[in-house]
Amino acid sequence: MDWDFFVQQLVNGLTLGSVYALIALGYTMVYGILKLLNFAHGEVYMMGAFAGFGVLSLFGGALGVTINVVVLIGLMLAVAMIGTGFLGVAIERFAYRPLRNAPRIAPLISALGVSFFLQSSALLLFGADFRSYETYEYIDLASGIHWGPLNISVVRIAVILTAFALMFGLTLLVARTRLGKAMRATAFDREAAAMQGIDVDRVIVATFFIGSALAGAAGVMVGLVFYKVYHLMGFLAGLKGFTAAVVGGIGSIPGAMLGGLLIGLSEAFITGYVSSTFQDVFVFSILIVLLLVRPSGLLGKADIQKV
Amino acid sequence: MSEVEGTPEGPKIGVDEWVARSEERSGVRGGRLAPLYARAERLPWWALLAAAVGVSALVPFISSSDYVIRVAVNTVLFALLALGLNVVVGWAGLLDLGFVAFYGFGAYLYALLSSSQFDLHFPALLSVSIVIVSSALLGLLLGLPSRRLVGDYLAIVTLFFAQIYVVLATNADRITLPWNDGPTDISGGPNGITDIDPISILGYEFGSTRSYLWLSLGVFAVVVVALQFINHSRTGRAWRALREDSLAAELMSMPVNRLKLLAFMFGAATAGLTGTIFASVQLGVFPQNFDLPLLITVYAMVILGGAGSIPGVVIGAITINVSLELLREPANARLLFYVAIGLGLVTLVRPWRKLAAICVGLVAFGIVAYQLAEWLRPAWVSGTIEGGRFAGLLDGWVIHPVDSTHLGNAGFILLIVAVLALTELRGIWRSILLVPTLYLAAFVWENRLVVEPSVTRILLLGALLVVLMSWRPQGLLGTSRVEIV
Repeated sequence: MDWDFFVQQLVNGLTLGSVYALIALGYTMVYGILKLLNFAHGEVYMMGAFAGFGVLSLFGGALGVTINVVVLIGLMLAVAMIGTGFLGVAIERFAYRPLRNAPRIAPLISALGVSFFLQSSALLLFGADFRSYETYEYIDLASGIHWGPLNISVVRIAVILTAFALMFGLTLLVARTRLGKAMRATAFDREAAAMQGIDVDRVIVATFFIGSALAGAAGVMVGLVFYKVYHLMGFLAGLKGFTAAVVGGIGSIPGAMLGGLLIGLSEAFITGYVSSTFQDVFVFSILIVLLLVRPSGLLGKADIQKV
Repeated sequence: MSEVEGTPEGPKIGVDEWVARSEERSGVRGGRLAPLYARAERLPWWALLAAAVGVSALVPFISSSDYVIRVAVNTVLFALLALGLNVVVGWAGLLDLGFVAFYGFGAYLYALLSSSQFDLHFPALLSVSIVIVSSALLGLLLGLPSRRLVGDYLAIVTLFFAQIYVVLATNADRITLPWNDGPTDISGGPNGITDIDPISILGYEFGSTRSYLWLSLGVFAVVVVALQFINHSRTGRAWRALREDSLAAELMSMPVNRLKLLAFMFGAATAGLTGTIFASVQLGVFPQNFDLPLLITVYAMVILGGAGSIPGVVIGAITINVSLELLREPANARLLFYVAIGLGLVTLVRPWRKLAAICVGLVAFGIVAYQLAEWLRPAWVSGTIEGGRFAGLLDGWVIHPVDSTHLGNAGFILLIVAVLALTELRGIWRSILLVPTLYLAAFVWENRLVVEPSVTRILLLGALLVVLMSWRPQGLLGTSRVEIV
């Protein structure tokens, strides 16, 4: 067995997986609280990637970076996260809140509209050409860990570590803070939470902000590792992020992380060993099989419908 | 639609009788057009259908332009698609995002069965029947894993399926089959399948575009009649019950899962059937014919016309397809934009004094803004306006900079912010902000959107869905839901 290749796919899978996990978290948090499938989430991730690219161009572009690279990447992440956070809040405010008591299908159709609107706005604003982060111009990709078959570039290490740090931070936030407690209460029962004096609207806004900011961070990370950003990148990533959320058990935060890693690893290994054209078909089959065998996902609880 | 308050002598809002008489109440219309509405409502549905089909069939005699007839054929195909989607979304209340994949499946299957691809040349009627049955079966297969689950899972499974469909159609040109040496070309890959047999029925071969118009109108009539009967059948009523409250429907011992799958299969079969006509009229199928922009187009048709209403979705299909065709050319697109703005103002702004004030303000604002821009930076007004009618009228009013892309993009972002702010403001401030917003809209339209019609289409359709969902979810002709308190 070719260990170099195997390890390379493993690292690929971990990188992809942490990105999918970050996207899945946004889906799962919003779904947990509003029971709403936020189709526009993938486009939020795409906008994050473009925001990071904008910061890069602002500081001289890939070929002439004018500031320290670590500061630059920190700025890219910060700007993308704050920008997409507010984008998510605006989407919630204008597209979903008016429909909170509407039939279930109404916000889904609205979400579909938002998704296409954002996608074509990006096409209008940034054009149809691929933009590239060209990370190799300002970071030496040869540096990193080299140990036997293990070769990980410093960018990937940074991306995987940042993703895990963000997930850890989110777990702490949900488990330890007042806001986290309010979020859990709202997810459990929105009306009862409101009766306990929790400002449900504020919790929902916070959820959208955090979820969208994570997607924005994922967008920058994908740009740093895979370079290319374009207006259609959000669709498939959003779809896989959602699949990850379903695989992990929708509504469950550790489930989304697990699901993201699983989907990322399976995609990397399928691309490496089976077929690099039809990997999406296999990811899709994973989703179908899981829905047949365990519809509540790996870590989700079976939902008892209340009347 | 405004909720009618319970009259003093009538039943109280929310009680059973109020709910039961809701349709009767919403049927009462006031205003000068009331007798017209009443007369239109007394017309039987088959008379409307016959009139619509009859008038459309005359299109080739009115215009000899092949383009116009082709647009008419496309409109009928879109109306068929919208009718199919209406069964799933409008009646059964399921969100099917793989709908265009069934359309593509139908087209491709027909192409495989009746072309030189595998040298199969089945008679058209046989191919079409095979396509309808297999589309329905595919719908059944796809619906099965989602049957126990809430609608959202169905949505994501179908959306993923749509994506897979495009991947398969694009890449299935070099599949290794165990019984065949070397890669086999199934779908033709990105080049698609060309050289498809024209449909021929009982010896008559449909060759020209106009004969396809008549064929598709015939299919349309058959589908409408079938759907009309289904809508008033036990199954149709069960679907609507399912849409309103699937839990309650289940308690009334309706086979909820079977009904969902049935609706899904109906939608898939209609899409497959439409696909066969599309394939034969185009004489070829290509993967990019069935992508996601098509999906949002069909959704916008169903939602605009009014999900659940047969005349509604047909009118939605006609409105949207014709508007999208008009958008292709800058002169027509400009006309469409100002007519839409004008209509919107006339219907939404009351009283007429306010309307007049806004119109005068808009013209004055434009002239002042233009002079100001010319004085500040002459380059801002020295760009060219795309030609066509009315272009001369706009000179001196709308700013058209040399660097229209960047300023236009900035204007686009500002426009989104302004429109969102408009929805938050009330009273006089809303009217005041409306003037610069409209001017900004005209600026962005002239400088950015007219130039890129293909982007504008999707942009407008997306915005349309969002606006309709929060402002008028029942669309133009649908009935508003009865809120049960």
